[in-house]
Amino acid sequence: MREITYGEAGVEALREEMARDSSIVYIGQGIGPRGGNFRQTRGLWKEFGDHRLRDTGICELGETGVAIGAAMNGCRAVVDEVFLDFILEAMTQVIQQAATIHYLSNGKIKVPVVIRGAMGSVRNAGAQHAHSFYAWFAHTPGLQVVVPSTPRDCKGLFKTALRQETPVLFIEHKALYNTKGDVPPDEFLIPFGEASVRRTGSDVTVIAVGRMVHIALEAAATLDKEGISAEVIDPRTIVPLDTDAILKSVRKTGKLAVVDEAPAMCGFSGEILALASEQALDSLDVPPRRICALHAPNPFSPPLENQMLPTPSKVAQAIRQMVRS
Amino acid sequence: MSYDTVLDRRTAHPFPKIPFNIEPHMQTATLSEMDVQLKLDLYRRMLKLRDFELKVQELYRAGSLPGFVHLYVGEEAVAVGVCANLTKEDLVYSTHRGHGHALAKGVPGRQVMAELWGKETGCCGGRGGSMHMFAPEYGFMGTNGIVGGGIPLATGAALAAQLRNSGQVVVCFFGDGAVNSGSFHESLNMAAVWHLPVVFACENNLYATEMAFRRATKNTSIASRAAAYAMPALEASGCDVQETYRVSREAIERARNGNGPTLIEFKTYRFLGHHEGDPGTEYRTKEEVESWKSRCAIQALRQKVLTSEEASQQDFDRIQRETDSWLEDAVQFARSSPDPDPSTVLQFS
Repeated sequence: MREITYGEAGVEALREEMARDSSIVYIGQGIGPRGGNFRQTRGLWKEFGDHRLRDTGICELGETGVAIGAAMNGCRAVVDEVFLDFILEAMTQVIQQAATIHYLSNGKIKVPVVIRGAMGSVRNAGAQHAHSFYAWFAHTPGLQVVVPSTPRDCKGLFKTALRQETPVLFIEHKALYNTKGDVPPDEFLIPFGEASVRRTGSDVTVIAVGRMVHIALEAAATLDKEGISAEVIDPRTIVPLDTDAILKSVRKTGKLAVVDEAPAMCGFSGEILALASEQALDSLDVPPRRICALHAPNPFSPPLENQMLPTPSKVAQAIRQMVRS
Repeated sequence: MSYDTVLDRRTAHPFPKIPFNIEPHMQTATLSEMDVQLKLDLYRRMLKLRDFELKVQELYRAGSLPGFVHLYVGEEAVAVGVCANLTKEDLVYSTHRGHGHALAKGVPGRQVMAELWGKETGCCGGRGGSMHMFAPEYGFMGTNGIVGGGIPLATGAALAAQLRNSGQVVVCFFGDGAVNSGSFHESLNMAAVWHLPVVFACENNLYATEMAFRRATKNTSIASRAAAYAMPALEASGCDVQETYRVSREAIERARNGNGPTLIEFKTYRFLGHHEGDPGTEYRTKEEVESWKSRCAIQALRQKVLTSEEASQQDFDRIQRETDSWLEDAVQFARSSPDPDPSTVLQFS
């Protein structure tokens, strides 16, 4: 095996797909000579040039619409919002145009666009650079939502995203770009809608995506020393969602916790609880728990933000209570 | 032209002098410059759009058509003049007032009418309706329920045309209501800097729903805004299909030759309300409406051709009969078509 970073894995996926498919155009801010704010396109500009790596001014609305339009006319387009936070400038294009065109055109127009952005809290960037919006997109029919947590998944899922015929939200986590992990050197793809069991266990099922997978795994390691066996499942794609994997685990453990960097209200965590209550209520021994961001904008000061976000100790504490209740 | 005069008559608000250079375009064609067959063809196309919309109005008022419709009556010379210069492979992005654009681009009347009826045989199988009508097989890339929503999309389609070297030109229709939006600014800026093969065809009908353009903006010359993007601009009267044809031809050729985008301001007017149900008289004077109706491009062309004796009344009667029969066929087709099967609701979702 070979270790590379999450950021490098994304670059590798892009390089392979851009070489394979000459119709791919990549649009965004600072993604050309600079190689991306998060180094997420490092080296590609030299290789593929100005035409295929289109640096734009600061115009998320326009550049997102341009990517969607290019995808309607025979290109495969990636638009990089860089910070997912900035996609709000372009939401009308994502929700009103990208998500609807394939359906409304009776399937006649394909919209192979990947809308890429980095979510979540990193280094106390403050509220406007730390949002975790994936549930909004999952709520919109017509969009697929991918939230990779490891370098291997980042590469395999990105390559799959670049072969779809309808829009994909590819949502990386800012704090994961420099994390390392095993990535096979040979070409591989990871299909959408297949969860990954990150750790097997028997006492409780913990569901998490993105950086929260790592928080959940840390908590599970702590709990293991206390004799509590947690199973950590990473759905990897929220749309489509691997409901079978989640339900299977819940039926095995009888307990469900969801860790989410977004607030609980109307979110991903509530959706997982709803799934379990609708389809596996008889299996639940105790009420399920959600360990989510508190319902406040991300504060700047580190102690405040730490208080607001899920941490391994908060997750471990919640699970202890569930198991010992 | 009397466009300024119409405004000036309503208020003392001065029409601003344009501070930028607008490219002079060819003068309105003299009758001898344009072949009579082309004139009759343009006439036939305009008449189809007009009669189609009046039929839609009738059917809508009778309760036959669901949803909402925004009719194109009065603006026919724009869609027809522009689209007569396009190939089937060229693309058109349209607006909420888009039935005329669809027909002008070649989408069959049957499919447009059936879509307005929500029928399975509509160009989108009834999934889209008036404001979400797509027919890519005719290069028609969608009406759009969001004002300005199509401008970035058209710009992107032009980027794809450039990257693929497809030879396509993309035309983006939008109204004066769209030009104060961020979509307009961001898209024109990108189209200019990348020299994209796109024509921004602004149908300035003076009102964004009920908001008079001169109340919405200080600079009421839309063409002058192109200077902000170092983009050439043209103006044309929407009352003269020969002019819309010639002016758009210049812009389309520029795009096709790789010389980048053009902004065209078509000075036009909708004879009816914003949507069917809006009388359109609360924010417009009767005199203003009548003055525009009196300069109807369809009547004007017929009068010109008859006066010059290039064609006879019999020719126009024949065109009317053909149009009637075409329209009747479209209505019959749509009326008798099946509804979509409800069990297919999740198909393509």
